[in-house]
Amino acid sequence: MTLEIIGITVLWLFLFGYVIVASIDFGAGFFNAYSLFRGKQHILTRIIQRYLSPVWEVTNVFLVFFFVGMVGFFPKTAYYYGTILLVPASIAIALLAIRGSYYAFTTYGGLKHKRYTYLYGLSGLFIPASLSIVLTISEGGFVTETASGIDLDYVALFTSPLTWSVVVLSLSAVLYISAVFLTWYAHKAQDEPATELLRKYALIWSVPAIVTATGIIVELKDHNPEHYSRLVDLWWLFAISFILFAGTVYLLGKRKSYGIAFGLLTGQFLIAFFAYGISHYPYLLYPFLKLYDSFTNEAMAIALIIAFIAGLGLLLPSLYLLLRLFLFNKDYVQGKRDDHA
Amino acid sequence: MGNEESVFFSRVLTELTLSFHIIYATIGVGIPLMIMIAQWLGIKKQDEHYILLARRWTRGFVITVAVGVVTGTAIGLQLSLLWPNFMELAGNVIALPLFMETFAFFFEAIFLGIYLYTWDRFENQKKHLLLLIPVAIGASFSAVFITIVNAFMNAPQGFDLVDGQLVNINPILAMFNPAMPTKVAHVLATAYMTSAFLLASIGAYRLLKGSDHIYHKKAVFLTMKIGLIFSIAAAVIGDFSGKYLAEYQPEKLAAAEWHFETHEGAPLMLYGVLDDGEVKYALKIPYALSILAHSNPNAEVIGLNEFPEDETPPLYIHYLFDGMVTIGIWMTVLSLMYVVGVWMKWSFIRTRWYRWLIVLGGPLSVLAIELGWWFAEVGRQPWILRGIMKVEEAATTSGQVDTMLLMFAGLYLVLGVGSIVVLTRMFRKNPVEQELADREAEKEGELR
Repeated sequence: MTLEIIGITVLWLFLFGYVIVASIDFGAGFFNAYSLFRGKQHILTRIIQRYLSPVWEVTNVFLVFFFVGMVGFFPKTAYYYGTILLVPASIAIALLAIRGSYYAFTTYGGLKHKRYTYLYGLSGLFIPASLSIVLTISEGGFVTETASGIDLDYVALFTSPLTWSVVVLSLSAVLYISAVFLTWYAHKAQDEPATELLRKYALIWSVPAIVTATGIIVELKDHNPEHYSRLVDLWWLFAISFILFAGTVYLLGKRKSYGIAFGLLTGQFLIAFFAYGISHYPYLLYPFLKLYDSFTNEAMAIALIIAFIAGLGLLLPSLYLLLRLFLFNKDYVQGKRDDHA
Repeated sequence: MGNEESVFFSRVLTELTLSFHIIYATIGVGIPLMIMIAQWLGIKKQDEHYILLARRWTRGFVITVAVGVVTGTAIGLQLSLLWPNFMELAGNVIALPLFMETFAFFFEAIFLGIYLYTWDRFENQKKHLLLLIPVAIGASFSAVFITIVNAFMNAPQGFDLVDGQLVNINPILAMFNPAMPTKVAHVLATAYMTSAFLLASIGAYRLLKGSDHIYHKKAVFLTMKIGLIFSIAAAVIGDFSGKYLAEYQPEKLAAAEWHFETHEGAPLMLYGVLDDGEVKYALKIPYALSILAHSNPNAEVIGLNEFPEDETPPLYIHYLFDGMVTIGIWMTVLSLMYVVGVWMKWSFIRTRWYRWLIVLGGPLSVLAIELGWWFAEVGRQPWILRGIMKVEEAATTSGQVDTMLLMFAGLYLVLGVGSIVVLTRMFRKNPVEQELADREAEKEGELR
């Protein structure tokens, strides 16, 4: 394996980590707002707050880690994506900023008003949408290179069916992932009403998630045939991913082993995510930017990988401690302890 | 929008984001140390007041951390969004500390979550104190790494420039550049100092507003002591920074001091105004600049006229420098008088006007942080990478920077107002007398 491949694999893994933890977070905010709207807030709010409070900050770090690492390993991406993404990325930052700080304001500062809950829930849906646009752009066709720099064609971008399919996929995936996780969590907390409600949400959102995912592959056939043919070569990975998906839905339907159901879901997304990433190779931005051309020098790459291993040595035990103290602590999950500052 | 406008708006937006972020970032670096000290004192002295101090600071700290995290994310991304050409070039050399910063941040985030939610979980309070150590280390180290990146921009090294290409890159050498030791030390010392004075200012305000509780007196005395120590440290390191500038960035020092002609035994100019190249109304301290620059009253200090005009920073940085230094000295004196006053039982430190000065000290220290950063950053104009890349070459070519500037200005307004409203409400609704009474009642309930 070359250093380039190690670099991009590490980053892709972190992006995957962000997709999962952020989905849980965004979806939780939405379900919380929706249940308030439907007058069922008493069922969900406590479960959601109990999970999110100790981990909300960690979620953000996954994203920072990904983009800092990306620029570190592949400095040329800073030039291409940095120039193109000014507007969509700035909007995403602003939404993330409002979301993150208002979470803290309401949870710790007692700024309790329905308005904020709704805003919080809705902003969580716009963020995946504005971030997932990057995936569409990376397929090529929306960027032109001129003498004075590079330009993004917003009209073409926003009228492309591919863009909207990716947006719908990101939204339904967020709600699906979140609902499956929270079903498991609520079940652990022995909160039956919340489990039932979330289980229902999970089953509802599983349908659009899988339909759009398939639809996108079909759309790529016209948009980027080269990428499409590489996707087809990897059909068996997508097939495994689909089997895992079916397993999750089956377990949810049978009301059993929610923990395994979430495990299968993670596997489904991990495989699909990596299959997509592998098929994207060797382009970072079709057709301007290839993986090998944009890679940093060897000295920096080695330094970054060493730093990465050392960092993981520090992080993994800490994350384990965090999970053990909260996610897997019976008293905490069931709300029998209230130890917060 | 032309390129010139993109450059201008990119500069304004970066300045706005950083100026807003460093308020919360400075607090984020300094407060964990203060909480740690208070918690440790509480355990050591078996004094409930210090424990409560730590707990209440922590609650407020969460709010500032939230804003610090989200604005930090903003500046992290803006580096690539607004300065893509810079990141493309410099990323090859300086990605390592940037990357390590996220690890420090990660580490802090994990343990802060744990610390916040385990207040009464452990029988042994010392275990809980142990959780604070990684929080404080993570907070300080993210400042260390990010300051290293900034130091590199002031003193780039660790590579060779051959025909516009960077070759022979050495990431470690790039990190340990000559600007790094003084910058990192000064940033840490002033962050601790500012946080201490901010907390002192809150305590003094409560004392003024009717609460005469011993809790607030302990808080003010503790934080003034810590503030004094770090303000002295900041001054000493500031002196080293002057020597660094004289050696490696003489144009910044010369512009800050309005020192135009190279000569020996250079005087230090304090205050004054610049009128047609003439310095007026300035306080002149003979030989002081030579001492600041080289520890020798007769040493030669390079003047600004030695540099080509398009490579010198704007002269208004003199005011920023003077402002920063004046506030630093003022706070040192104020805290020294207070600490000595408590020991010697001087009565004037308990008067209303002195307490008002302490209240003012917190915001003043924050202002000094801002002035210092503006000085450091504007002082390396016109370079983004000193001697290698100018600011104009680094900015984005995108035409939407002005709209983004408006959006972010609105965002920071919302965050700034929101955090202040929430913080004041939190503490006004639950004053310390109330909390102490509640805890007392709780304990009695347990005994019964």
